[in-house]
Amino acid sequence: MIKFTNVFKAFPKGGLALKDVSFHIAKGEFVFLTGHSGAGKSTVLKLVYAEEPVTSGEVRVSGFSVAELRPRDVPMLRRRLGIVFQDFRLLEDRPAEENVAFALEVTGARRSSIPARVMRVLTQVGLAAKAQAYPRELSGGEQQRVAIARALVNEPSVLLADEPTGNLDERATRGVFQLLRDINASGTAVVMATHDLDLVRQAPYRVIELQEGALVYDSAVDEPRDQTATP
Amino acid sequence: MNLTIREALLAFRRAPLLSALSVTTIAFSLFVVGLFGLVAVNLQNALRSVAERVEIVAYLLPGTPIESITLAEKDIEAFPEVHSAVYVSEDSALARARAELVEFRDVLQELERNPLPASIEVKLKPQYRDAEHVRDVAERLGGFGFVDDVRFGRDWVEKLDRLRQIAAAVGLVVGAAFAVVAIIIIGTTIRMAVLQRGREIAIMRLVGATNGFIRRPFLLQGAIKGMLGGLVAVGLSYGAYTLINRWLIQAAFFSNLQALAIVGFGALIGLFGSAASVGRHLRRV
Repeated sequence: MIKFTNVFKAFPKGGLALKDVSFHIAKGEFVFLTGHSGAGKSTVLKLVYAEEPVTSGEVRVSGFSVAELRPRDVPMLRRRLGIVFQDFRLLEDRPAEENVAFALEVTGARRSSIPARVMRVLTQVGLAAKAQAYPRELSGGEQQRVAIARALVNEPSVLLADEPTGNLDERATRGVFQLLRDINASGTAVVMATHDLDLVRQAPYRVIELQEGALVYDSAVDEPRDQTATP
Repeated sequence: MNLTIREALLAFRRAPLLSALSVTTIAFSLFVVGLFGLVAVNLQNALRSVAERVEIVAYLLPGTPIESITLAEKDIEAFPEVHSAVYVSEDSALARARAELVEFRDVLQELERNPLPASIEVKLKPQYRDAEHVRDVAERLGGFGFVDDVRFGRDWVEKLDRLRQIAAAVGLVVGAAFAVVAIIIIGTTIRMAVLQRGREIAIMRLVGATNGFIRRPFLLQGAIKGMLGGLVAVGLSYGAYTLINRWLIQAAFFSNLQALAIVGFGALIGLFGSAASVGRHLRRV
């Protein structure tokens, strides 16, 4: 599904962001990507959705070789991914349902199929009743649910979440995390970058930890370690 | 409604002032082109009616036998440039002079001898009614032994032709300058729209919109503004034409095809302005 092989990523002015990172995430898996700010979590995700070019090594994402991807094929890759951010990235000038429908419209979905598909995902994230609310009328947790609905509406095989609970209070965090678990339970792989160790401890999922751009721990490969240690 | 069209039209609601500015500049640049175009069209019409009257007259030596003249007439009519060649005898020349020059009727009545020479009046086919062909045919006519003198309105034709060329050239140059300004303004409004909607464009990219899909509403928006500008320009030109017609001279307006060409040109300016801008700025957001 997602396979990194000896991946290096250098930014022109920022030095090495990733150093020789290799891992393989299988279909349907739930993986935490952990590490301090600046450890390279977001960079890993950006390479997956081809926002940044790979410096060296190989990145394969559901059949695409990202390093060899032509710019015109990037949209095709992204249609197979769902992406969620800490800051939600909703369009403020339109209600929840249109924010979700937007993702279908830009990919050229059949127009008649859009309303039903939008309502289905909004129901899935528990926001069917607030379909017509504008983002400013929703709480942070609700806004993130809309963002997740938008990410899901194209039926991606992987959901990438970059600190999805970073802006949320504890209760909203639990709700959003439970939603991600439900989504994973229905077969979608979830890669969640987070530095919230409480969340990581709550669930028995695989953990990949980065430190200054290097992969220092992968629970699928390495020995399980003391849960109280600082990742 | 299709998303592309909807997004393109939304631009007018999002930035009504900027949209009005782009439409107005295109309208004014095309209005200038239109005014010079009207001058050129009317000069062209005037030239055509003058040119129709342009003829070459070959005056014949007195006593030329009628047989030679009839033969020459046939020869001249066979020239590829010539539309018609008509023999005017001394007598009919005098009769015409009496009819046309009323003031001199008394003088002409009292003549004992007809002073007017016989002539052959040659008219050219429309496509050969320019200075060069006229001179060419005149020279050939001069080659006939019995032709005394050849007259033609060379200066007239050349001057009118020059005037029409100047009007067309000035219209093109001034119009082009204004078109460049219009393109720059359209480009700027598109640039502002792209930057203003940077967030939205970034989100479109994230959910897998192609660059073409993102670009299309901007291009359509430019073309619509250009088209509106063109329509306004045709309207303004029509207003100017009506005023001129009422107060100054009887003038002609553009044909439907020419008016359509102005609107089409406006659409092209708009499309070009946005295309030049959108690609450059999309890469930055």
